[in-house]
Amino acid sequence: MEELWNGLVRAVQLIISLDPEVMQIAGRSLRIALTSTAIGSVICIPLSCLIHFNEFWGKRFIIVGIIQTLYSVPTVAIGLFVFVFISRAGPLGGLGILFTPTAIIIGQALLITPLLLGLTISALKGVDKTIPDTARSLGASGFQMAVLVIREARFAVMAAVILAFGRAISEVGISLMVGGNIRGFTRVLTTAISLETSKGDLELSLALGIILILIALIINIILNRVQQK
Amino acid sequence: MAFIETVDLWQKRDDRDILRSVNLRIGRGEVFALIGPTGAGKTTLLRLINLLDRPSLGKILIDGADAAASEKARLEMRRRMAFVLQKPVVFNTSVYDNVAYGLRWRGVGKRKLAEKIESTLEMVGLAEYRKRNARTLSGGEVQRVAIARAIAVDPEVLLLDEPTANLDPVSASKIEDLITEIIKQNAITVIMATHDMSQGQRLADRISVLFDGKIVQTGGAREIFTSPRNVEIAEFVGVENIIDGVVVSNEGKMLTVDVGGTEIESVADFDVGEEVSVCIRPEDVTIALSKLSSSARNSLAGKVTRTAIDGPFCRVEVDCGFPLIALVTKKSAEELELKKGREIYATFKAVSIHVIKRH
Repeated sequence: MEELWNGLVRAVQLIISLDPEVMQIAGRSLRIALTSTAIGSVICIPLSCLIHFNEFWGKRFIIVGIIQTLYSVPTVAIGLFVFVFISRAGPLGGLGILFTPTAIIIGQALLITPLLLGLTISALKGVDKTIPDTARSLGASGFQMAVLVIREARFAVMAAVILAFGRAISEVGISLMVGGNIRGFTRVLTTAISLETSKGDLELSLALGIILILIALIINIILNRVQQK
Repeated sequence: MAFIETVDLWQKRDDRDILRSVNLRIGRGEVFALIGPTGAGKTTLLRLINLLDRPSLGKILIDGADAAASEKARLEMRRRMAFVLQKPVVFNTSVYDNVAYGLRWRGVGKRKLAEKIESTLEMVGLAEYRKRNARTLSGGEVQRVAIARAIAVDPEVLLLDEPTANLDPVSASKIEDLITEIIKQNAITVIMATHDMSQGQRLADRISVLFDGKIVQTGGAREIFTSPRNVEIAEFVGVENIIDGVVVSNEGKMLTVDVGGTEIESVADFDVGEEVSVCIRPEDVTIALSKLSSSARNSLAGKVTRTAIDGPFCRVEVDCGFPLIALVTKKSAEELELKKGREIYATFKAVSIHVIKRH
């Protein structure tokens, strides 16, 4: 019990003293998750519009059967999938990106794609049905109308992006499998915690864990703010 | 040449015909009203004219050009119009930006945009609300934003769907004044749908009556009001006295109609023995205590069965062999001491009667 207490005290000290290693790991985690969220959003928000505003055969199946099912896809499954593609013998092996931050970013972007698509589509669905008609009747082109509808759904779309960021920064499977947890290069909060814990360095683990929880807390606060609007 | 023309337009939805062979020709600068009960297909027709939907069959011509074209060409045509939808929604942004959208979508430059928005907001009386979020406005104000949004783009055609249907009477009359103003100031073609016959009559040059997806009568605003083509239209336009009878004589279009034993004289051309309906507007009926000697051809003895005060008016229901409703001022009703059982003479002119063939 005393060990745990000491660990906690030491952890707080590490954070308050802005320990270089702790800060570096936290910073890298943030950078990678923000990048993957940005890439995912840039791809998924327009794609959601395409799915939402067009009628095609199998639309319901794609939304409910595929996208929503993949909300809870295991991170290790994505990790394995990406690994197979970018490992030396894989189709994209020539790029040489295995065990780099780029690999983690690709994996995280894939991981949050279903979540971003599904939640953005339901955000667009939540917009009053007469808004698209009103826009078109006032002379909007298809693209202008879609931009307006996203604007109308902006708070719900933002909530989707924030949730996706939360899933990206807290995953461990992908970072471990395709990042490799290389110290000073691909070591992020989650992989560091799992490694330090197995090494028995509870102090560092706890400090990193507290930071992760703090990030989760901040995300939650922002999400709440957004949803109240 | 008609500015907007529909040729044999049909719209089917789930095997139901929403519109059935609609043919319309609307001239440039004309104020045209589509009237008809809820569900008659007015909104469907406006949506087709605005090129929001495509018809199942038939053609729409806008300024002579067939609208069954590419999406791009349709967008160009749509940008010459503006449509104020029934139950309008505002965008979740300021009143100013709501009005700005249509202009920005057309690529209007910044300075011209600001000028146009200011003058439009001034016109609809929302200048002070420019910075307010449009979602916080009342129903009447939302309707004004919707109209401002539409007229800001200087449309050649303004489409209005039930512009006052969801408003309280005060807001409704303000909106109607605004529409009158817009018609007066701009050489604009207006097509409006309304279920309110009197509104159609107040605003429109020409009216089409739409029943069950079909145009049953088109004509001048007054014509439809005074000479409805059939009993259904007569009921819809608010003729309260529609009495069935049989023509007993026709002497040079001076018609005598037997109505359950009482004879009514009117001016119309029907063959003897034809079954007809006689329409008498309540405001055309005069009530007197003695038989009047006047030029009015009809003066029928009867008994008051009911009176009801309605604002400055009094609706008097009379039994003169058939039930007849008369509209007199409250003051006259008081002076004549009209009440149930009072014996009176109901007088109306032969020329004020409209006779319809019964089918």
